[in-house]
Amino acid sequence: MGVGIEVVALNAWYGSNHTLLDINLKIPANEATALIGPSGCGKSTFVRCLNRMHETNPVGKVTGTVRIGPLDIYKDASPVEIRRRVGMVFQRPNPFPTMSIYDNVASGLKLNGFRNRRVLDEVVERSLKNAALWEEVKDDLKKKSGASLSGGQQQRLCIARALAVDPEVLLMDEPASALDPVSTAKIEDLIFELKKQYTIVIVTHNMQQAARVAERTGFFLSGKLVEFDVTHKIFTNPGDKRTEDYITGRFG
Amino acid sequence: MATTPAVYRNSRSNSVTRMVTDHLFTGLAILSTVLVVAPLVAIFCYLLYKGASSLNLAFFTQIPQPVGEPGGGMANAIFGSGLLLAVGSLLGVPVGIASGIFLAEFGRGSALANAVRFTADVLNGVPSIVMGISVYALIVLPQKHFSAFSGGVALGIMMIPTITRTTEEMLATVPNAVREAALGLGVPAWRSVLSITLRTASPGIITGCMLAFARVAGETAPLLFTAFGNNFWSHNLNEPIAALPLQIYIYAISPYDDWHRLAWAGSLVLIVLIVISVALVRFVASRGTLKANN
Repeated sequence: MGVGIEVVALNAWYGSNHTLLDINLKIPANEATALIGPSGCGKSTFVRCLNRMHETNPVGKVTGTVRIGPLDIYKDASPVEIRRRVGMVFQRPNPFPTMSIYDNVASGLKLNGFRNRRVLDEVVERSLKNAALWEEVKDDLKKKSGASLSGGQQQRLCIARALAVDPEVLLMDEPASALDPVSTAKIEDLIFELKKQYTIVIVTHNMQQAARVAERTGFFLSGKLVEFDVTHKIFTNPGDKRTEDYITGRFG
Repeated sequence: MATTPAVYRNSRSNSVTRMVTDHLFTGLAILSTVLVVAPLVAIFCYLLYKGASSLNLAFFTQIPQPVGEPGGGMANAIFGSGLLLAVGSLLGVPVGIASGIFLAEFGRGSALANAVRFTADVLNGVPSIVMGISVYALIVLPQKHFSAFSGGVALGIMMIPTITRTTEEMLATVPNAVREAALGLGVPAWRSVLSITLRTASPGIITGCMLAFARVAGETAPLLFTAFGNNFWSHNLNEPIAALPLQIYIYAISPYDDWHRLAWAGSLVLIVLIVISVALVRFVASRGTLKANN
């Protein structure tokens, strides 16, 4: 089951560049939450702070509190532990090129020392089914490399890989921006299914996508969270002039 | 009637020019390829011509005969070369790969990494005879005797810079997205480097190792004051040992015709053994790896 996320006074820097300014919000469990905003507004940095990926950048720095379920992720646990609970899907599909489809999905478990064949088989099948890829790849799980799939399939493979470690939260950083409309529709259908089991945070440039998949939407601008509310309200009756300007296409 | 756009009006003469240019450059590319491959083929053919006639079973099973006695072989030198290269690889491959990993993954931009990279480049330029003298001073003199061990160390040190730099370069070609994917799954950094990044870059790294291996396999100078050479069988790392390049050198500068023939045969065997070992490693390494395009 998913868990809620609570962010208090989050600030982030790249070197001397202050990219996130005092972010506060509560993301409810088992919902999809969309983050929109123009390029460079900090939304990607924000999701990378939710699984401590931001600090893998040598000049990245974070202050503030992020609670995922009962866990204060910057105090109570190591980055490695956090990233097992908070899965991430990146903008460009990034399967491990030398691994088979099976090994790609099993990688999160295998690389952490998990070796039980029978359980791995089950996890791989379940994850691929949850990512709506099973039917397309079940016959060459171990024969084909992950990199030999189409872009849309690769992205679903990456989702399956993230699901295989059984996270509580799934972060998606523009998961469909490199995909064609058919693959995008598949990913969106998938989000509907996945939010029954996971809490989903999705960064997107596509406002229709946010409106379609997300219960709540946050609007970022210049490193600040301008507005955060139920999606319907953001798109029909925004509380802030800047949000209205953005969603009506007056800038950005 | 539609008028032809100006760009296409001279299409006939254009296409002729294009065809000529196309053929010209294709021809140049083929010529360059031939120029690159020709010396290798020429050397190999000449070695076959000069050396093949002296090759027989005895060459691979017997040790050298005293001057004037017919026959004899280089069995001890072939074994010696194998032992020296094994010791060299045991030292050079792990140290080279580990320092390459440090340069590419952990030390990026640090002062220590820059120093290591600079040292590796300088080491790569050190003449092999100097490497021999250095190891002579460091190992042979304190031990007061020549040894297979010191020869292996000299070869190993010579392998390090090539392996370090290719490992670094190959790791740098692994997209950052692959590293992030591993970290994002909650895989510890060291594990991600060993199981993901290194594995993704492994074809290039293996090429680097084989390049270094093939290069030192033919080295004579670093062995002159270390492995020294030996006319008899030796399996002992603490004793002087024969090596193919050394034996070829001794036979080639001798005044005897039958020794010259043996030197040619030795050269042929050396090249063939290098080719076989490189091919073998490639074959073993390619098994079980899935290519991205299949």
